Amino acid sequence: MFTGGALIFVLVVALTAVAIVVPQERRRWLADGRIVMAGGIALPVLVLSALLGYGLFVARGQLNPGEPALRIEVVGEQWWWRVRYLDGSGGVRFVTANEIRIPIDQPIEFLLTSADVIHSFWAPSLAGKLDMIPGKVNSYTFSADKPGVYRGQCAEYCGAQHALMAFYVVAMEPEAFETWASHQTAPSEQPVTDELRSGQELFIANGCGACHTVRGTSARGEIGPDLTHVGGRLSIGAGTLPTNKGTLAGWVASTQHLKPEVFMPSFGNLEGKELRAIAAYLESLE
Amino acid sequence: MTQTESRTKGNRLEEHLPNSTPRPEGELKELERVWRPPSGWNYITVVNNTYIGVFYVGAAFLFFILAGILALVMRTQLAVPENDLIGQDLYNQLFTMHGTIMMFLFAVPAVEAMGVYLLPNMQAARDLPFPRLSAYAFWAYFVGGLVFFSSIFFGLSPKGGWFMYPPLTSYEFSPGINADFWLLGIGFIEISAIAGAIEIIVGVLRTRAPGQSLDKLPIYAWTMLIFAGMIVFAFPAVILATALLELERAFHWPFFVAEKGGSPLLWQHLFWFFGHPEVYIIFLPAAGFVSMIIPTVAQTPLVAYRLVVVALLATGFFSFGLWVHHMFTTGLPQLSLSFFSAASMAVSIPSGIQVFAWIATLAAGRIQLNTPALFVLGFMFTFVLGGLTGVMVAMVPFDWQVHDTYFVVAHFHYVLFGGMVFPLFAAFYYWIPTASARPLSERLGRWVFGLIFIGFNTAFFPMHITGLVGMPRRVYTYPAELGWDTLNMISTAGAFMIASGVLLFVVDLIRNFRPFTNKSPGNVWNAGTLEWLPSGNYQTRSIPIVTSREPLWDQPNLPEDVEAGRYFLPGAPTGGRETIVTSPVDARPQYVVQMPGPSWPTVLAAVFTAGCFLGLTVKLVVPAIISGLIAIVMVIWWLWETDPGPTAEEIDIGGGIRLPTYVTGPMSHSWWAMVVLILVGGTLFTTLIFSYFFLWTVNPGAWPPDGVELPSLGWSALAAGLYASSSGVIWLASALLKRRERKGPWWGLRLLLMAAVPLMAGGLAVDFNGHWQTGLRPEEHSYGAVVYTVMSVQGVYVATLTLMAFYTVARSLAGMLDGVHRVTFDNTMLFWHYMTAQGLVGLAIIHFFPRLIG
Repeated sequence: MFTGGALIFVLVVALTAVAIVVPQERRRWLADGRIVMAGGIALPVLVLSALLGYGLFVARGQLNPGEPALRIEVVGEQWWWRVRYLDGSGGVRFVTANEIRIPIDQPIEFLLTSADVIHSFWAPSLAGKLDMIPGKVNSYTFSADKPGVYRGQCAEYCGAQHALMAFYVVAMEPEAFETWASHQTAPSEQPVTDELRSGQELFIANGCGACHTVRGTSARGEIGPDLTHVGGRLSIGAGTLPTNKGTLAGWVASTQHLKPEVFMPSFGNLEGKELRAIAAYLESLE
Repeated sequence: MTQTESRTKGNRLEEHLPNSTPRPEGELKELERVWRPPSGWNYITVVNNTYIGVFYVGAAFLFFILAGILALVMRTQLAVPENDLIGQDLYNQLFTMHGTIMMFLFAVPAVEAMGVYLLPNMQAARDLPFPRLSAYAFWAYFVGGLVFFSSIFFGLSPKGGWFMYPPLTSYEFSPGINADFWLLGIGFIEISAIAGAIEIIVGVLRTRAPGQSLDKLPIYAWTMLIFAGMIVFAFPAVILATALLELERAFHWPFFVAEKGGSPLLWQHLFWFFGHPEVYIIFLPAAGFVSMIIPTVAQTPLVAYRLVVVALLATGFFSFGLWVHHMFTTGLPQLSLSFFSAASMAVSIPSGIQVFAWIATLAAGRIQLNTPALFVLGFMFTFVLGGLTGVMVAMVPFDWQVHDTYFVVAHFHYVLFGGMVFPLFAAFYYWIPTASARPLSERLGRWVFGLIFIGFNTAFFPMHITGLVGMPRRVYTYPAELGWDTLNMISTAGAFMIASGVLLFVVDLIRNFRPFTNKSPGNVWNAGTLEWLPSGNYQTRSIPIVTSREPLWDQPNLPEDVEAGRYFLPGAPTGGRETIVTSPVDARPQYVVQMPGPSWPTVLAAVFTAGCFLGLTVKLVVPAIISGLIAIVMVIWWLWETDPGPTAEEIDIGGGIRLPTYVTGPMSHSWWAMVVLILVGGTLFTTLIFSYFFLWTVNPGAWPPDGVELPSLGWSALAAGLYASSSGVIWLASALLKRRERKGPWWGLRLLLMAAVPLMAGGLAVDFNGHWQTGLRPEEHSYGAVVYTVMSVQGVYVATLTLMAFYTVARSLAGMLDGVHRVTFDNTMLFWHYMTAQGLVGLAIIHFFPRLIG
């Protein structure tokens, strides 16, 4: 397609050059209404018909890739992704956020919708984009050929932090994927050290559970991302920062500085030790 | 006069010019006096198209510079990754304002303004047929646009993108008045675009030089005619969309709220039904510039003129079938994807025809590489590249990847900047000698072109790659590790290079642009069309007969004869401003229209219209209403002088042709304007009915929703009867008025008009009451919202017609209305019948459709 486009472009530029610099008697053939017919009508009709047929053929293939092996529901929210893995009967197997792990070489169906404004789901290296529209479920199916980490990003402007609304798709060998999936189904790790225990207590005491769920604790909020296994994810803040103790502490203390206007307040009231404990606890939730 | 007579007369006229010389003493002085713009403070009330046109182009260019500065701030932010120069809030306002201003306050007004300036000159008319309307459109746009722009200094600019997709832009996710400012800014451009479209359609079709039949019409006038026609059919969709969004924001009528039966996609359909033709609305006039400039710089007529006209018409037509290609990623069915993909590719064919016609013309002639020619060549290079990437994004699978990435940003800047800004600069350099005592500098012009052309390609070519490697649009920052930084830095450097070119152009303007002097360097490019005739405030001294597409090349001695007053209407016989109205197809002289001159109420009406909209935006309701009332009074004051009636019996314009000074009915230019306005109204209503059916498809099986009853058919029949009988009364008044001829004012007419008003208002009241009694409310569900909107639109017409009825009665009381002097009455009557037709269709759909499916 790019080659064809380049050829046509060169042709038009060359003809214009001929019309300007070639001596008049040798360019008389170009000053003719029939050239307008040939170049303006015949040529594009031929090229475009071929291109259209090819495009529709490709689109049909992309729209009908076969029965899905797995169905994943993704809900776009300002400015993160709620991810629900569905079981065979359509029920929710487990919930996660901002990271989608899939087995390779299997068609995966994505059911896309939005909880607030219009977003668009796009992992460029895997598939085209598809909009997430309130009141509507769009779906498409694609697969990954190779294991690896693929970055995705919201592609429809969705407000203040549209720029920082990314996610990762992690394609894995099927066995590794199953191990991961069954771990995700399980409740969170229980804290084993004093610091982690105090982190968990602070997490609950500061009201984090009003918005976040950590399965296996009293935190059952549904407003923000599910944090049951947040420590095992590649990023926090929907692709904003890599996950480690330092970034977690920084995020909790100064959310509004790192990603202004998100709905989570900065917990600037926490002392350094408290922050470290909460961060350590979150990091331990693998 | 029959057609054959007119033809033989025409032939005779070519041999013997219509008026003899020397002209009577004082004739030229009188012509100058009549058309002279007012002086002192009154200067701003000027209405001559050569003044308003220049103001208008200047204002549009100012907005180009302002929106360009916003782009420079954005490019600076994106020059390096993770930049913290500006935050997300300002950045989001900047890109929203950049897009909105460039599209609505620069591109559309700029091409419209060029039309206001150029069309009468090109058609040898003394002015456009409604000079005060042009002035009103300009002032409302200029004042409103400046207020809209200054919102950026207060952090109050809209930040929902120029496309303003709800629900992001509705009350829930965009509280505050930022989004309302967008609706305000758009409101002005809607008014001025519609006003301009009416002016241009009537102007192109009815005020041409005698003999300038449609097959001799300059291509530019063709493009403006199609441009104006497209505005008539495209703008109502965005007018409706903005009205619905404001109703949702202000009163929570849920058109776009999914939980209440609305649909965010309704907005997208309405917006892009306007938005895609909009691209061609901008491009066609620019293509018109090119089709005028190329023949001149090549010194040979355009090759394949007829095919180019067909291509222009086809573009206008096809462009209405493409809007869905902006929605390929919204999850539409395969069939509609295929259809719109095919249509999107097909629209490139008419553009191909034009490109090859230009190449053929260049080959036929011998190009002079002056500045206009350079910009035209720059245009062809850029536009062809943009057109090719356009065909690529019309491919559905490719679009799924590049949609909303920098690839698309690159594509549409190639077609819009390439397709419109380059031709506009070409047009500036080309036509400024008609407006200024000095032409612009050829030496600076080459530098301006070089900087803009190289800067543009440096800025935007890399964006194709930036997009292909995955950078989405509308992001205020991006991570360093993705490898997007070098490309972005190059783009930023290019942007500043464009800015330096534009700056140099401004220097050139300051040094050489001297408008309003009535001095001109003359036909500097040896062009062939009428705008290069010697001219003053009155345009040409006499109005020529045209027998060719390039009269200045083919009709020897034309400028001298025109200037000597040997052609038609060499003076101002009625003592006021006037021009010849011609027949729409073959441009035979039909009558002499008397045109209004400068007026304060026109300017004040525009200022108070702006005040009204601004007041509503910042929620100062009482001042807004007062301002709106003053604006209405001002409009009435300005209109009062515009239906003068037959002031002289017949005027001899020369060559033995005697023309009336006043006509009514379908020959009248005013009748044509009203018909165009009714087309606008009809399109608006059609898009509203489309919205009604679209919302039904979102709520199948629940239309009306559970618990909502339809009013009994008796109510709707009564409402229909009242509407119809009000129209019947108006029809009767018209018939009786006609029989009275010139018998003077008549009480019966006043009585009938006053009787028709309550009948019409009664129809609306009965319909409204029927729905209200069933308990239907507009806030609960999209069904109620759309039903009440249909009635609200009807209400706007009822209110307008009530005002028009009182105005008509007032004209009668003032002795300015009788069986001949009746243009005011005819306009009221046409609009009335349209209101009735719309009311009946609305009633039929709202009351029968749910019963039909239920």
